[in-house]
Amino acid sequence: MIEASALCKRFGTIEAVSEVSFRAADGEITGLLGPNGAGKSTTLRMLYGVLAPDRGSARIDGIDIRGETSAARSRLGILPHAPGLYGNLTARENIEYFGALHGLPKAVMRARAADLGAALGMDGFMDRRAKGFSQGQRIKVAVARALIHDPSNLVLDEPTNGLDVMAIRNVRQILRDLKSQGRCILFSSHVMQEVAALCDRVVILGQGRVLADGTLQAVREQFGGATLEEAFLKVLGEAEAPL
Amino acid sequence: MRALLTVFCKEFLENLRDRRTLFSALLFGPLFGPILFGAMVSRMLNQSVLESDEPLRVSVSGGEHAPNLVRFLTSQGVKLTFTAWSEAAARDAVKHGTTAVVLIVPGEFAARFTAALPAPVFVVADSSDSQTRKSADRLRALVGAYASGIAQLRSQIRGVSPLLAVPIAVNDIDVTTPTGRAVVVLGFMTYFVLFSVLMGGLYLAIDSTAGERERGSLEALLSLPVARTALVGGKLLATCAYMCLSLAINLAAFVVVFQFVPLERLGMSANVGALTALEFFGICLPFVPLGAALMLLVASFTRSYREAQTYLTSVLLVPTLPIAFASIYSLKTHSALMLVPSLSQHLLMTSVLKDEPIAALDLVVSAASALGLAAVLIAATARHWRRETMLG
Repeated sequence: MIEASALCKRFGTIEAVSEVSFRAADGEITGLLGPNGAGKSTTLRMLYGVLAPDRGSARIDGIDIRGETSAARSRLGILPHAPGLYGNLTARENIEYFGALHGLPKAVMRARAADLGAALGMDGFMDRRAKGFSQGQRIKVAVARALIHDPSNLVLDEPTNGLDVMAIRNVRQILRDLKSQGRCILFSSHVMQEVAALCDRVVILGQGRVLADGTLQAVREQFGGATLEEAFLKVLGEAEAPL
Repeated sequence: MRALLTVFCKEFLENLRDRRTLFSALLFGPLFGPILFGAMVSRMLNQSVLESDEPLRVSVSGGEHAPNLVRFLTSQGVKLTFTAWSEAAARDAVKHGTTAVVLIVPGEFAARFTAALPAPVFVVADSSDSQTRKSADRLRALVGAYASGIAQLRSQIRGVSPLLAVPIAVNDIDVTTPTGRAVVVLGFMTYFVLFSVLMGGLYLAIDSTAGERERGSLEALLSLPVARTALVGGKLLATCAYMCLSLAINLAAFVVVFQFVPLERLGMSANVGALTALEFFGICLPFVPLGAALMLLVASFTRSYREAQTYLTSVLLVPTLPIAFASIYSLKTHSALMLVPSLSQHLLMTSVLKDEPIAALDLVVSAASALGLAAVLIAATARHWRRETMLG
C-alpha cells in the first residue's frame, strides 16, 4: 500500500506539487493521470524517496519513506522515467546487480532472476548484452530489475512511453499479472486509454494538485463524461478555467 | 560494505568489456609516455653523439689572406669550402641555410697580422638555431686556440714568458654523476607516470557518473536501499583499480624501453630496473585515490559524457602545474614541498632516479598529504551524491 499525504514540493518559485494526497491499495492498479508538467514524476520521486517533500509525507506499507528509507524501499520496486540499462552487462547481469544491491542472498537472487526471465518472456535475450536491445526488451529488463527483490509495491513512471503496440500489450499483461498476485501498483501516464484499460482507481493531477480521485466509474460519474477522456478534459478544464 | 563491493565488481567488469575504456586505460594512457619518451631520448642521444663525431664544416671567404690559419683549421679536421663571398653574400648564404657557418678573412688581415695588431676575422652564423650555434662555437674555439698559440710564440720571441698572459688558471670540477646528468634528460618521465595514473581512471570516472546519468540508470540506482557513500565508494575503488593497472603497465613499459635507450653512450646511467619500478609504484600509490576522487568529483557535476570528457581532459593537466612551477623555480627536494601532491611524487621519483637517499619522513608526509586531500575530495563527492540535484 502506498500513501501520499499532503505532499508539497517547490522548485525555486514554481510550486511543482501542492497538497497531494491519495492512497494506492494492494491488489489494485492505481493510475496517476495528468498532462505533461502536472507534477506526476515529482510526486512519484517523493514517494520513492529521491526527492524530499517540503511538507507532507509518503508511506510504503505504513513505513515513512523519509524516516526508514531502506526499510520502505525494500518493499518498493521502481521503474523510473526512461529507465536505462548497462549496455555492457547482459539482461541477467543487469537484473542481478540490483538484486545484489538489495542484499539478496546469491542463490535467491539467481532463482528469482530466472523466474522473472521466464515470467516476462525474456528467455531469448537473458544472456545477451543489453547494448542492442529494443525498447520493449529494455522495459522488460527494467521491470524485472524492479521486481528482483519481490516487492509488494511497484511504482512505474510512464512505463509504456515509446513502446510499440505489441510491447504495450505485453506491459499491460505483466501489470495485470502482478496485480492478481496481490501487489499494489501505481503508475503514471498522460495517455487516457492506457489508464482506462488498466486501472481500478485513477488520481488526476493538474498543476501540481489532485483534481479527482476515485474508481474509474466514480470519476466518470462525478464529472459527467461518458468516457474517461471526457471526464479528464472536464476536470482539467475546471482547473484551468481561472487562469 | 557488501553493496560497495557489488558496485566495485560491476563497474570493474562492465568497463573491462568496454573497448574505449580498455584502449584509454590499458593501452594509450600507460604506453603513450614510454614510447614517446624512448623515441625522443634515443633521437636526442643519437644526435648529440653524431655531432661530436661529425667534422665541422665551414665556408671560408678570403682564405688567401690567412694561409696559416687555413692550414691550422684543416689540420684540426675542419672541412673548409673556399668562396669569395662579400659580407652581405655570406649573410644571405647563412640566412637561406646554404651554409651553416662562414668565416670571413678581410683583406687587411695580413697587414695587421704582420704588424702584430689584432687582426679581424668575422664569424657569420645564426645563433637562434641550436645546431649552427654549436658549429659556430666550435669554430670560435679553434680560432681562439690558434690565436693563443700565436700569442705565446710572439711573447717568447720578445723574451717574455708566455705564462704572464695567463694570470689565472680556471679549472672546472663537475660533480654531476653520470646518473645526475641522465636525470635532466629523464625529468619529464615522472609526469608521464602521473599522467598514466589519471588516464587509467578517466573513462571509468566518466562512465560511472555522467555515463550513468546519460543512459538513465542513475535514478533507479539512487532509488535502491543502498547508502550513497557505498555507491561512491564502489565507483571510487573501481577507478583506483584501473589506475593501478595503468600505472603498473606504464612502469613495466618504461623498464622495457630503458633496455633499448642507449643512455650509456653519453656516459649516463639511469637506474630504471624492476626495483625502481616497484619504488615508483609505492610512491605513486597514495596519488591514486587522490586522482580518482578528483575525477569522480568533477565528473559527478557534469550532465553528459561529452561534458565530462571536456572537463576531465583539463584535470589531466592539473598534476603538471606544481611540476612546471618547480622546474621554473628549480626547487630542490625539501620537506615542505612534500605537502604538495604530484610535486612530492615528482621529487621523490627524481630522487630515486638520482640514487639519492630518501628520508622516511618525506615519504610519510607525501603519502599523508595526498591521502588527506583525497579524503576531503571523497567526502565532497559523497556529499554531492546525497543531494537531490544529483538526479539531474
